[in-house]
Amino acid sequence: MKHYAISLDNVEKSFHHKQVIAPLSLNIPTGQLVGLLGPSGCGKTTLIKMIMGMLKPDNGQIQALNLAVPHQQLLSSIGYMAQSDALYLDLTGEENLNFFAKLYNLSKRERTQRVVYAAQLVRLKDDLHIKVANYSGGMKRRLSLAIALLHNPPLLILDEPTVGIDPVLKKEIWQELMRLKNEDQKTILVTTHAMDEAQKCDQLIMLRNGYIIANDTPQALKTQYDAQDFDEVFLKAGGEVL
Amino acid sequence: MRIGAIVTRIIQQMRRDRRTLALLFFAPLLVLTLMSFIFNSNEANLTLVISNGTPPLIEKLQAVDLHIIEQQNFSVEQLKEQQYDGWLILGQGNVRLTLLNNDPSSSKVLIMKLSQALQPQQDAAPSLTTDYVYGDKDTAIFDIFSPMLIGFFVFFFVFLITGIALLKERTSGTLERLLATPIKRAEIVAGYMLGYGLFAFLQTVIIVLFGIYVLDIVHVGSIWLVLLINMTVALVALSLGSLLSSFASSEFQMMQFIPLIIVPQIFFSGIFPLDNMATWLQKIGHLMPLYYAANALNGVMYKGVTFSEIATNLAVLASFAIVFIILTTFSLKKYRVL
Ligand SMILES: Nc1ncnc2c1ncn2[C@@H]1O[C@H](COP(=O)(O)OP(=O)(O)O)[C@@H](O)[C@H]1O
Ligand SMILES: [Mg+2]
Repeated sequence: MKHYAISLDNVEKSFHHKQVIAPLSLNIPTGQLVGLLGPSGCGKTTLIKMIMGMLKPDNGQIQALNLAVPHQQLLSSIGYMAQSDALYLDLTGEENLNFFAKLYNLSKRERTQRVVYAAQLVRLKDDLHIKVANYSGGMKRRLSLAIALLHNPPLLILDEPTVGIDPVLKKEIWQELMRLKNEDQKTILVTTHAMDEAQKCDQLIMLRNGYIIANDTPQALKTQYDAQDFDEVFLKAGGEVL
Repeated sequence: MRIGAIVTRIIQQMRRDRRTLALLFFAPLLVLTLMSFIFNSNEANLTLVISNGTPPLIEKLQAVDLHIIEQQNFSVEQLKEQQYDGWLILGQGNVRLTLLNNDPSSSKVLIMKLSQALQPQQDAAPSLTTDYVYGDKDTAIFDIFSPMLIGFFVFFFVFLITGIALLKERTSGTLERLLATPIKRAEIVAGYMLGYGLFAFLQTVIIVLFGIYVLDIVHVGSIWLVLLINMTVALVALSLGSLLSSFASSEFQMMQFIPLIIVPQIFFSGIFPLDNMATWLQKIGHLMPLYYAANALNGVMYKGVTFSEIATNLAVLASFAIVFIILTTFSLKKYRVL
């Protein structure tokens, strides 16, 4: 039996009798950078919240890091970045980081180190003393990412991490994600609707209306669908005529 | 540790929110002061007529700030006419007090001051008979009123501020984000109770001290008991505020709980006399935390009862708080199944 960082078995979810996630099974291997790709409203966030244990699936099982979701202990091994920034606006960036660091029970020394590391990574070191209410959208996004990385978790689940971030920083963040994967052997699950980010993933899962329409390496998908880019793959895999 | 993180965060947030702090600490004092002006205006100037008084007694009465008029032949008619507060006749072995009682709170103060002055006498305590020109001994307004008022303000402001704070946590998504960390739901609730409890505690101390020492609200019982009752009231308000905030989706909706939850408690908790109300309707009061708070506060401040006599009221209040805390913890299940 292979070890998967995340595995979903026949997971299904509806909101008010409207099916958002059709029964789907999915395995995410350890140590890979996996992209969850699909237009907005296709169910990416719903799927991720179920993996986090924040939503209860109507059917099916979810396992993460060999623990059945929901599991309290599991949450200390996951770095989560929500789609909408959930920050304390009346606190400074540093106070936000410290607050979350404490929730992960980091020792005081570790905390100082990790706060500096995470802030440096997202280029917020000089803005840490500013109240988050005065941050720009991109800065808030970066702070959310820093919070996800604080406790050095083996599994990162990031919901649209690069929305609203300028191209230069976006490139840097992707470089850092690759480095985290390659050097620190982290498993990373990223959702995006930006097709240009898809190429950088080891595995691409394309989601449409709650169905997985494609699941393979970027190269294999391009070859299989004889496509130039992932927009084309997406459309062809979804059975749409170009 | 995690609870501590939440407490620290709440303190940081509150320190920056000057308006909320002002609302919490000064608004109750302002309203209480206004109330005391309305109900207590002439308390400082009490006039007592004395017949057959002895010089040492008169001295003693003057020592407790009473304005004394000596007159041997006096009548109730004259008392009414002159609008003096009371008339004291000293006879053999008995003392007769006639109170005008047009303002019950002045009468109470007068009785208190009299008993203060008469008590230290060595010889057999003279039996004091009290007559009332208007009303009777049960017609007190602000004295019964004010202890409850203190409890009410503690309840109202703590309820509102915690409710809105937790609501903000919900609507901004930070609560959901919190639940994506390994924190337990009970830890969040505990952090909230402690963090806001701290401010509620400060508020309670300020209101009680202000009420007793600045506004001179009558209090015969122990001030520690008054603080203890009010802290329990604050805890009920804290937990009820957090619980109800999960049924509101905006600050405005939180305000809508005021006529629903707060105002009925004012009517039923005995701040206004309930005697004319149908019995079954009066029973509704027993479902309301402020009813027990008012009972306990009134008992301690006005009647001077001891801990054992308010223990039941305190226990009921504490049970309210515990139930609300448990329900709040459950209400967080909406966000995380664990
Ligand atoms: N709490 C909810 N109640 C009702 N419908 C919801 C809820 N959350 C999501 N949905 C619906 O589920 C669908 C998928 O949403 P979502 O997972 O957020 O999509 P994505 O993240 O891919 O943009 C959308 O149609 C959305 O309206
Ligand atoms: Mg989404």
